[in-house]
Amino acid sequence: MSEVSVDANQSAQDNSAPENSNRRKFLTVATSVVGAVGVVGVAVPFIASWNPSAKAKAAGADVEVDISGVQVGQLIRVMWRSKPVWIVRRSQEVLEALGAHEGQLKDPNSETAQQPPYATNQYRSIKDELLVLVGICTHLGCSPQHLADGEFAQYAEGVQDGFFCPCHGSKFDMSGRVFQGVPAGLNLQVPPYYFIDDNTVLIGSDGEAA
Amino acid sequence: MNAFLNWIEQRIPMMRTANMHAIQYPAPRNMNFWYVFGFLATIVLVNQIVTGIWITMNFEPSAERAFASVEYIMREVDYGWLIRYMHSTGASAFFVVVYLHMFRGMIYGSYQKPRELLWIFGMLIYLALMAEAFMGYVLPWGQMSYWGAQVIVSLFSAIPVIGPDLVEWIQGDYVISGATLNRFFALHVIALPLVIVILVFLHIVALHEVGSNNPDGVPIKHKKGSLSESEKTKFKIHEYYTSKYDIIDDVVPFFPHIVLKDLVAFSVFLFVFCYILFFAPEMGGKFLEHPNFEIANPLKTPEHIFPVWYFTPFYAILKAVPDKLFGVLTMFAAIGVLFALPWFDRSNVRSWRYRSGLHKTNLIVFAIVFIFLGYLGGTPQENWKIIASRIGTVIYFAFFFLLFIYSKSEKTKPVPERIPR
Repeated sequence: MSEVSVDANQSAQDNSAPENSNRRKFLTVATSVVGAVGVVGVAVPFIASWNPSAKAKAAGADVEVDISGVQVGQLIRVMWRSKPVWIVRRSQEVLEALGAHEGQLKDPNSETAQQPPYATNQYRSIKDELLVLVGICTHLGCSPQHLADGEFAQYAEGVQDGFFCPCHGSKFDMSGRVFQGVPAGLNLQVPPYYFIDDNTVLIGSDGEAA
Repeated sequence: MNAFLNWIEQRIPMMRTANMHAIQYPAPRNMNFWYVFGFLATIVLVNQIVTGIWITMNFEPSAERAFASVEYIMREVDYGWLIRYMHSTGASAFFVVVYLHMFRGMIYGSYQKPRELLWIFGMLIYLALMAEAFMGYVLPWGQMSYWGAQVIVSLFSAIPVIGPDLVEWIQGDYVISGATLNRFFALHVIALPLVIVILVFLHIVALHEVGSNNPDGVPIKHKKGSLSESEKTKFKIHEYYTSKYDIIDDVVPFFPHIVLKDLVAFSVFLFVFCYILFFAPEMGGKFLEHPNFEIANPLKTPEHIFPVWYFTPFYAILKAVPDKLFGVLTMFAAIGVLFALPWFDRSNVRSWRYRSGLHKTNLIVFAIVFIFLGYLGGTPQENWKIIASRIGTVIYFAFFFLLFIYSKSEKTKPVPERIPR
């Protein structure tokens, strides 16, 4: 019994060539393809399980914010999809100053789609004075600081108000537009939002008739 | 006893493996202190695995409980503070010994033919180690854990088209969240340690196949039949090596000669390690950063964000480039060029002992710039630092391009036939 070695088996096989090698080739390819499809199929649940879960999606639902108490010049923070969203009621002076420094901006006319179409204007907002922004730096995701009443001038000459990111020094104006010469390349993101009434804003969806 | 050992040996090659890889493994006799860091890295790996298992026994991987469970380990678990500090100090120690190990390979040309794959396995270990360390740093869920993760994960958003979706997929949420923490935990404690252990195994297999280099870069294996009996080593060398080569009389068996030398280094290492462990486990905010003693707060970014010290050279390179995608590409290229080092160096002479002054200068400048970039990336942003890190980045890459240019026709000293006495 132990006379038959593995090698002997091998040579016995080599001597008897398959009667139909095309058939063997076909079977090899067919089983490989079926196997590969199986591997892809099994990979799907493993990859898809990394997507946001139903719970995370539910937590990312729209939020309603009462803005009746927001004073002129004040910034309030709300959470939307666990991100800070800023709502700022800008003063008339701030709005008027927005045109003055457009030469220092990368994208003064908001040409890159970082905002819904209804916020593609100089104020990047629906109502001129009310700014709604995702408060996350477009460089690497830190949350910039709101510097008001001239505090911002140390970072950008002649600009009194703006947002400064402490991580890598990116600078944004009071419309969330990014300055030149900083690591961030895009304006701050404006989330989809609409006004339910004068005192309530809904963040997360576009208005039906927007 | 012998009969029992034979019984085992016939079923699993225990003694054969011990002989081949330790007791009868030929090691060049001139290996100096630079050659202890591979051994030390292995010791630190064991430390990380053992202390890691013990930390897992009390750590709770959830956004709600992670921070509190680390405090619980530090204050209420018997010796929990010690085991956690062994793990956190071990992480920094790992990078210290790995960086020295890599620099050893660079000065003695240990990446050159035929050790290219050995070097690449080493680089893969380094890469896996960086991923392991990054994910481990997220787990305590402090401010720096959270915002560091935010910065690193955001790097992937620079990829055109798929970037933003990819980030969401990595995070498992619209932001870094408990879902991210949990998957990083799984990768940190299971997936990456397995990968690292397998890569270390392959690294050693590749090393023993090509043989150890030495500070003179002189080969110890010679063509079969080229050496006279008096030139061959008198030590018993495993026939796996002697059947293919003549081994010159410049080797010692790895065990006990090299192992004992490594143990001396280990005791010196323990002095330093224990000093830090007991007297400066935070290392002034370098090993454990101060903002990390505050629980993660997604609405408030710490004033300054830095990665831990071992990532800061690459962080400085990232910050040096004013464009996001190009910055990310430059940072990854800084690691990528190291992979290709065996092909940048076109010289036949390995050790810097026999190479040109230009090469020695190039290596030393590279090392200084790497450390300087580390300083720039690990301290608060200032205007001059941006300029300095741009210059540093250029010098970093210039090392490889200069090497490629001069190494082809470099003026080298004659390499001795044998390891000098």
